[in-house]
Amino acid sequence: MNTSLEAVPLQAFLIVSLIMFFAGIYGFFTRKNMIMMLISIELILNSVDMNFAVFNRYLYPGEMEGLFFALFAIAVSACETAVAIAIVINVYRRFGNAEVNNIEQMKE
Amino acid sequence: MIMDYTIFILILPLLSFLAIGLSGTALKPRNAGAGGTVVAGLVTLLSYYTAFDYFTTQNVNGVWQSVTPCNFTWLNVGEKLHIDLGIMLDQVSVMMLVVISTVSLMVHIYSLGYMKGERGFGRYYAFLSLFTFSMIGLVVATNIFQMYIFWELVGVSSYLLIGFYYSKPSAVAAAKKAFIVTRFADMFFLIGILVLSYYTQTFDFGVLIPGDASLFGPALGTTFMGVSAMSWAMALIFIGGAGKSAMFPLHIWLPDAMEGPTPVSALIHAATMVVAGVYLVARLFPVYVGFTPEVLHGIAYVGAFTAMFAAVIAIAQTDIKRVLAFSTISQIGFMMVALGVSTGMGLSEHEHGGLGYMASMFHLFTHAMFKALLFLGAGSVIHAVHSNEMKDMGGLRRYMPVTHITFLIACLSIAGIPPFSGFMSKDEVITAAYGFSTGMGVWMTVIAGLTAFYMFRLYYSIFWRKEYKVRDGRRPHESPRSMTIPLLFLALLTVAGGFIPFGKFVTADGTQYIIRLNVTVAAISVSVALTGIGVAAYLYRRDNAYPAHLAKGFGKLYRAASNRFYIDELYLFITKKIIFNGISRSFAWFDRHVIDGAVNGLGRATLRTSQAIRGLQSGSVQWYAWVFLLATLLITLLAIW
Repeated sequence: MNTSLEAVPLQAFLIVSLIMFFAGIYGFFTRKNMIMMLISIELILNSVDMNFAVFNRYLYPGEMEGLFFALFAIAVSACETAVAIAIVINVYRRFGNAEVNNIEQMKE
Repeated sequence: MIMDYTIFILILPLLSFLAIGLSGTALKPRNAGAGGTVVAGLVTLLSYYTAFDYFTTQNVNGVWQSVTPCNFTWLNVGEKLHIDLGIMLDQVSVMMLVVISTVSLMVHIYSLGYMKGERGFGRYYAFLSLFTFSMIGLVVATNIFQMYIFWELVGVSSYLLIGFYYSKPSAVAAAKKAFIVTRFADMFFLIGILVLSYYTQTFDFGVLIPGDASLFGPALGTTFMGVSAMSWAMALIFIGGAGKSAMFPLHIWLPDAMEGPTPVSALIHAATMVVAGVYLVARLFPVYVGFTPEVLHGIAYVGAFTAMFAAVIAIAQTDIKRVLAFSTISQIGFMMVALGVSTGMGLSEHEHGGLGYMASMFHLFTHAMFKALLFLGAGSVIHAVHSNEMKDMGGLRRYMPVTHITFLIACLSIAGIPPFSGFMSKDEVITAAYGFSTGMGVWMTVIAGLTAFYMFRLYYSIFWRKEYKVRDGRRPHESPRSMTIPLLFLALLTVAGGFIPFGKFVTADGTQYIIRLNVTVAAISVSVALTGIGVAAYLYRRDNAYPAHLAKGFGKLYRAASNRFYIDELYLFITKKIIFNGISRSFAWFDRHVIDGAVNGLGRATLRTSQAIRGLQSGSVQWYAWVFLLATLLITLLAIW
């Protein structure tokens, strides 16, 4: 198992996580539906977790801090998503749809 | 300190002004008038006592000493220059004190009757007190800057009093004109003071008057455009004096100033303020005659031209106050000529260089008395017939005997008929003029003849000529006692004043001089005066067609004189067409378009910028996050590099 994974260079994983990260950012900026924004946020967080796991495996093979932090991050992301869904439900109840341009009262 | 009671001569009128002025309508007019007159009376008594005290005690070896009762530093300007305020008494200032306080008291008493029932009676007396204070402060000044301060104060009092009838547009315009013309001249005065004090490092008369070559050396040495700085300074100072004393071409304000009440004309524009310029030259006389005699000659020419110019205009005027105004300008020209023809300070049996100075001061004294009398008499006439024009008068000698006799005495005096005071002083002036050059003497004698002519033209037109047309039962009546008593007192002074041995009191270097009559000059001037009177009597004693024929015969000259030689129109042309239209208009355009444009443009740019960056506050969370990302990237890039 170790040999197959060591054949893949570290940078490859980093590039994938980079693509995931910016894809998530792009989705966050351009999506109108709040659920889609939440999915994009999840993508960003997942890319970060992947970074942690990769660095832990390649740079510190014996240690486990990276993995533990990744678990921690997943847990926190779950909580944050729960709160965000609560907000989205409230917006849906108020406006009839979950679009982010309903809540622009902070302008001017 | 000797004679320090003189401080009250200054303080009393100031307190009177403040008290009457600040009480406003709370003070009944009668009390305001009474208070002002009482203060004027006190000031007169104090001035007489000062004169008595000075002329009996301050004589050392036959020379009058100058006394400084008080002098304190008001403002320090630079290391050596300082502006003081104080009182200096010498022969001339004590004489002026007597003149000012006497005429002021007469005007105060006269105004009780003349201004009775007028609106602003209290305000009038407050302003009279302010004027008295300012004029006294001017003549007792210890240094030239104090004189300048009070000079401006006198100008302000004149403005307030000319514009007393502030609801009349012509009065307001006249007050503005008087103030602006004199203020314009005072600009030159100030420049002259500054130039002189820059080189001599002092304002004080006590240092300037006995000044010698070491004090004035730097000023005489420096030249600017071929003339020494000293000459520039003294000439500029004279221009300031010329404005106040209505010399050509700064005379335009004085005829218009007749819009003020007649007692004001008597006090300010005949007897006191207009002689401030003469007083200034007299005060600085030792400097003028010792170090810049060419400026003094210039003064003589200006005075001579002005005297002739004003006399010619006076012949053609029909408003009696305007005739008197031009007469004043002409007589002040006499005083300036007398000062200008002096060649030295000494006055004795052998040396006559200082005769002009003494003659000028003597003429100032006598002129104040008879000119005030003339104006107050004219006021009495105006009060009776309610008009200023000669055509509305005539035959008034039957109705106003006191006014008639006193007016006649004053006319005889100004024409130069012995034994009245005007003859004595004018004789000395003309003698001094002959001492300078025969041409100047002849010129002044001719003007004296013209003076006699137009004054008696005035006299006959008012009191003889034709019978007075009584309109709707309103006969003119003699003025009340409050108005005739000052007339009688001034007439007494006009008669007796000529016999004062003036040369014993006021001369340039303080020594005594006994006035001797030059029989030739006296004979010539008396005969010229009698000729003038005779011609006037022939033309005006009885109504006839000769004056109209003469006027038509002189044609253009008469019309020009009647219109005051169009000098006012010239000034209006210069100010309206050249200054307002040409210069001011471009400046106004610049101000409105460039300066205001810049400020408005700044505002507009700010508005547009704010509209542009308004989009940043969109309220959209995604937009905020986008900016956040950009900023983070920027910082990261900066950190890497």
